[in-house]
Amino acid sequence: MGALEAVILTIITASTPLLLAAIGELVTERSGVLNLGVEGMMIMGAVCGFAIAYTTGSPLLGVGAGLLGGVGMSLLFAFLTQTLMTSQVATGLSLTLLGLGLSGLIGESFTGLPGIKLNAIDIPFLTDIPFIGPILFGQDILVYFSFALVAIVTYVLFRTRTGLIINAVGGNHHSAHALGYDVVKVRYACIAFGGACSGLAGAYLSLAYTPQWIENMSSGRGWIALALVVFSSWLPRRVLIGAYLFGTVWIMGLYVQAMGVAIPAQLLSSLPYLVTIVALVMISGNKTLTRINTPACIGQPFAPER
Amino acid sequence: MKLILEKRSEQSRAMALLSPLLAIAITVVIGGIIFASLGLDPFKALHVYFVEPVTSLWSIEELIVKAAPLVLIGAGLAICYSANVWNIGAEGQLTIGALFGSAIPVYFTTWQSPLTLVLMLVLGGVGGALFAAIPAALKNRFGANEILTSLMLVYVAQLLLDWLVRGPWRDPKGYNFPQSVPFEGWQLLPLLGEGRVHIGAIFAVIAVIALAIMMGRSLRGFEIRVIGNSPRAGAFAGFDQKRVVWFSFLLSGALAGLAGICEVAGPSGELQPNISPGYGFTAIIVAFLGRLNPIGVLFAGILLAISYLGGEAAQVELGISDKTAQVFQGMLLFFILACDTLILYRVKIVSGRPATAKV
Repeated sequence: MGALEAVILTIITASTPLLLAAIGELVTERSGVLNLGVEGMMIMGAVCGFAIAYTTGSPLLGVGAGLLGGVGMSLLFAFLTQTLMTSQVATGLSLTLLGLGLSGLIGESFTGLPGIKLNAIDIPFLTDIPFIGPILFGQDILVYFSFALVAIVTYVLFRTRTGLIINAVGGNHHSAHALGYDVVKVRYACIAFGGACSGLAGAYLSLAYTPQWIENMSSGRGWIALALVVFSSWLPRRVLIGAYLFGTVWIMGLYVQAMGVAIPAQLLSSLPYLVTIVALVMISGNKTLTRINTPACIGQPFAPER
Repeated sequence: MKLILEKRSEQSRAMALLSPLLAIAITVVIGGIIFASLGLDPFKALHVYFVEPVTSLWSIEELIVKAAPLVLIGAGLAICYSANVWNIGAEGQLTIGALFGSAIPVYFTTWQSPLTLVLMLVLGGVGGALFAAIPAALKNRFGANEILTSLMLVYVAQLLLDWLVRGPWRDPKGYNFPQSVPFEGWQLLPLLGEGRVHIGAIFAVIAVIALAIMMGRSLRGFEIRVIGNSPRAGAFAGFDQKRVVWFSFLLSGALAGLAGICEVAGPSGELQPNISPGYGFTAIIVAFLGRLNPIGVLFAGILLAISYLGGEAAQVELGISDKTAQVFQGMLLFFILACDTLILYRVKIVSGRPATAKV
């Protein structure tokens, strides 16, 4: 395996969890809901995924459990913010704190156990093509799924009636309500979709990225995914580009370290966080770009008049 | 059966006080259920968790040691959140405050004078405020979301601390352990009495009183509340939103930094890679449980300190993970937010289909 090939393969594994979580949060935010609990849903996805894969021996069941873990957490958030009309910012924060605590407790008995890796698919002949074979045809299902998801979300959001409804609910919930759409129900669904994607991102971490359970293993990726949504100005294809940019930054640190360059390891580890801040500043400074696509109702609670 | 929320004509004052108590009660009940499901006697477990920490002199002292940073940071965050400014990077500001203050004993190892300590404390506050100034400046200048920037900086601060204690600031006589030189004499906070309680506890009480007066009696406090509730109304009153962002970030950052230097110059006595068990994040819960009110924060800080101690006690006596403390803390914030709905709404349970409107 050539060096370049290895680099590209690791970039893909580092980018996939960011892409999955960010595309889910994008849909949630398009419906006008800001869920700051991505980190909490992701880490719950990671621990549920690992626990079920370890006990059943099936990584695929693990992926399913990760998805359900994320959905479960997101429904807690949905109940509080949509039914009880709590503050979305505070509730999202509490979801993250709860998720980090709960995952630590659940995962304690799994710490240090050998993980079960979600295997790459193997297509005879195609995978054997040098260089492009392993990169294009030798990934695991979640990598392909993450790309498919970008295409599906783009199509649904901009080419279907469902997408129109989601955008309408996020753009002006009073008008959407007046037109007869059930704002709360649409938002429940979009929150759950975001939870499912975050859960999958978590499962990817504990089953493919580093197949084991480590406490706090999401290490801020949920927050970076949130920043990615802003960075992409709520457009799915830009999420794809952004996720791979950040994945590359994440991996570059490791490679620079491996090459023996005399830079403190901690400085390299802090690069993804610093780059996130720089990216946020650059994109937020560009008012026209952010204004056009920002869902107008984001973060606002909706109480139907009775 | 359907749950319906009916908006109250005005906020319920009774519920504003009852809601945190209700949230605590629900947390305790759910906690009991969790203990029972782990095969423990729930009453004994809850006793170990919530009662034992306040029964002996030793543990009450320990409680104060843990409550002090929570109250210091929580009081600052309460002001921030009242202003609708979301500083969630207090953990990072705590870390940088600890670093700034520790520079004195690290570089002037032998300097012993009361001024040493004063300078350390001042530098701690300055460090925290400077670090908090970054998200404030980015928000005011570029409109960058302060939640994300302040949180990202937590990771940066922790990595910086890690680099320093493993690299340039490592104690040359420390057998290669990642720690700074041990602090001595005037590099340590004076203790109150015989135990482990240090003057950080007094700082916390002073901060609470000062902030309570500021919020209740000063124009600045009024400005913060108006901007927090309605930036538009604040603009008409001539209040400047950017100034409020600056003020609340610098204030909460300085308090977090002070808490940080008090941790290293108090209980730890040296810099280590881990100086805080997540005080900066737990303080978010403290601020909410305390109703974003400095006096309330004092009580909330003590309660959350109990959950830390209870977690340690439960680990020793019951053999369960101390991570249950974090779960309790997370659940508590969740239930407070849910119960706060009762302040603004009445809950009605309607059976069957809701009545159709008369034509």
